[in-house]
Amino acid sequence: MEYTLKDLPAGSWSYVKRLDINGKMRRRLLDLGLVKGNRVSCMGASPLGGLRAYQICGAVVAIRDEDAALVLIDRPRGWGDE
Amino acid sequence: MNKENGDLMMRTVALAGNPNVGKSTIFNALTGLKQHTGNWSGKTVSYAKGLCQYEGHTYNVVDIPGAYSLLAHSKEEEVARDYLCFGGADGVVVVCDGTCLERNLNLLLQILELTDKVVVCVNLLDEAAKKGIKINLPLLEEKLGVPVVGTVAHHKEELGSILKRLEEIFAAGEKREAVYINYPDYIEEEIGRLTNILPQEIGDKAYKRWLALRLLEGDQGFKETLLAQNSKAEEIEKEAEESRKRLQERGIAKETLADEIVTAILRKAQRIAEEVIYYENEDCHQKDRRIDRILTGKISGYICMALFLVAIFWLTIVGANYPSELLGIFFDRGEIFLADLFVQLRLPEALSALLLEGVWRTVGWVVAVMLPPMAIFFPLFTLLEDVGYLPRIAYNLDKPFKCCKACGKQALTMCMGLGCNAVGVMGCRIIDSPRERLMAILTNSLMPCNGRLSALIMLFSLLALAKGGGELGGIGIALGMSALLVMSLFATLLINKLLSQTILKGVPSSFVLELPSYRKPQIAQVLVRSVFERTLLVLKRAVVVAAPVGALLWVLANISAGEMSLLSYLAAKLDGIGSLMGLDGVILLAFILGLPANEIVVPIIIMGYLAEKGLVETSSLSQLQELFWANGWNEVTVICLLVFMLFHWPCATTIWTIRKESGSLKWSLLAILLPTFLGMSLCIVINLAAKVFGF
Repeated sequence: MEYTLKDLPAGSWSYVKRLDINGKMRRRLLDLGLVKGNRVSCMGASPLGGLRAYQICGAVVAIRDEDAALVLIDRPRGWGDE
Repeated sequence: MNKENGDLMMRTVALAGNPNVGKSTIFNALTGLKQHTGNWSGKTVSYAKGLCQYEGHTYNVVDIPGAYSLLAHSKEEEVARDYLCFGGADGVVVVCDGTCLERNLNLLLQILELTDKVVVCVNLLDEAAKKGIKINLPLLEEKLGVPVVGTVAHHKEELGSILKRLEEIFAAGEKREAVYINYPDYIEEEIGRLTNILPQEIGDKAYKRWLALRLLEGDQGFKETLLAQNSKAEEIEKEAEESRKRLQERGIAKETLADEIVTAILRKAQRIAEEVIYYENEDCHQKDRRIDRILTGKISGYICMALFLVAIFWLTIVGANYPSELLGIFFDRGEIFLADLFVQLRLPEALSALLLEGVWRTVGWVVAVMLPPMAIFFPLFTLLEDVGYLPRIAYNLDKPFKCCKACGKQALTMCMGLGCNAVGVMGCRIIDSPRERLMAILTNSLMPCNGRLSALIMLFSLLALAKGGGELGGIGIALGMSALLVMSLFATLLINKLLSQTILKGVPSSFVLELPSYRKPQIAQVLVRSVFERTLLVLKRAVVVAAPVGALLWVLANISAGEMSLLSYLAAKLDGIGSLMGLDGVILLAFILGLPANEIVVPIIIMGYLAEKGLVETSSLSQLQELFWANGWNEVTVICLLVFMLFHWPCATTIWTIRKESGSLKWSLLAILLPTFLGMSLCIVINLAAKVFGF
């Protein structure tokens, strides 16, 4: 099955596979470091939901779930995994 | 690049960098210019300029808005990009955050493609050290091929070395080999072709290469700016079009091309980061994550927000009491002294009264009662901003904003509005989607600004006194103030919802919210600067606005139109609508005269009553209450006044800013009507309900 950033539970990480999004937002996400092969970890969710925080390239950014669902990733891994 | 200044010795240096990297602090230290620094993206909303001297050279330092990339996304990133590309700076200082250098390298490498007249300043080294992050600066310098300086924002000595390294770059036109990014062959081929046809005078080799890349991408916004700048632009664009076609024939779509370019830069950044950064502990952001677990926790997140809010108001209320009292005494004594002096100077009685009862008292009121809470609330809030808490508020509150089809970043602009609505309206530039930005602009004045907060605190104290509880105490008032802010939040959401279902229809757009790492606030610096800044601002406005309005008021009260004074006449005209809203004509008149600055509304009300009823002592709250109650007030009046203070037209500066930012008279008018209509209808409802239920 294919995973997206939305399926990444808080406290786990994975590698980016590709972006299913075009236009300005694609550029923005690429600029953040969401390019193929990069590591991305989920740091937590907004208390009311809908928005989650991810660590990419050493910085933390929050993205809405609708957008996160368009970022395809490898299978989620726990902290200890490689 | 071209020179802006006739003076050849004057060099223009741009200060660039990601948001939240301490750019403005460095700018302040370099230029000594007072400029508010912020810990969220978009604080520097247009560029600030300042002069700076170093060893006989004068630099014109330009602080441009923070950006993550030169590929502009938001309006403020566009400002940054346009300045770097076409602003004609002689050199660029790129400020980077030592705690997340890898992220910052992306912008740095993009700028290095544009120009090699760059000094890199790796800032916040102290914060990085605390997290166990070590950066090999000499190696970074070697890798980048441009000077690198490590700084801790508030250490002045290191700032000298930025200028020294800048001078190195300018001296003798030294040619360095700046880092070079290799793109896939098919891109390099087209770059080669395009650079050959670009005219000689357009810039050096590196700049041409950069230009060729942008032309290949066919960035729309960039093309427009280029067309405006260059006469040969159309010819060039034709060639670029052909290059793009060739790429497409080889099966490389526009999207793929953009991906390749961005990826090449990111890869380079990653390689450099791997080599120059050492992590002492595996998880260097652990502390941040622990704090976030509390501050953005399911329940604790909201408890903390409420606690911070109440605590800030409480400190403001308690802290303002004493200075208020002292200033009150000062102005009272001053009046007596001046009255004596005027008698000795044999000033005409009318002039003396105009100056004392009109000007001196209004100014005295603004300074003694309005200033202290403003000068305390503002720095406290700035501290929250300084530690990096405000983006977390936006993070916690995104869901309700999304339900109203608005942008979560609007919460940030509302926070800015607490300081000043004009700043909040400008801050809306951080919102990418034009529709959501307009919504944020239109609703910003529903958030009470600093001046209105002061007035609200005073009214609450009055209410507490009237309730017979005597001094309800700071906590009660602080709770009431917090409740008012929650009301503002709900009003904002409500109007957002209304707008998004009527004239600003649309779906919530994508956005990215940066959550910077927490950092130790520079408490002393923030306190001193913002107390000072607020005090100066209020004093200036007291002189520029309150004094003339005070004089005008006295004149109105002392010129008779038939049977009564002009003031009473005007107030009587407004009495009808005023009393329907639970207020009276004098109060409404005060709101109208208070258009230039909200902090003068309550002083005008007092002056209005005093001018009609003759002299009354007003140095204490209970005497004030007597004055108000003698003028027909009761608890309902105060409540209605509270509501109208919260929701009425924005001040003149804000209206002007809205006009500029929205670019249309229509939207500015709506921004005036929305809060006014809301405030008036609420007041009318409260007043009628009070009458029905017999308060």
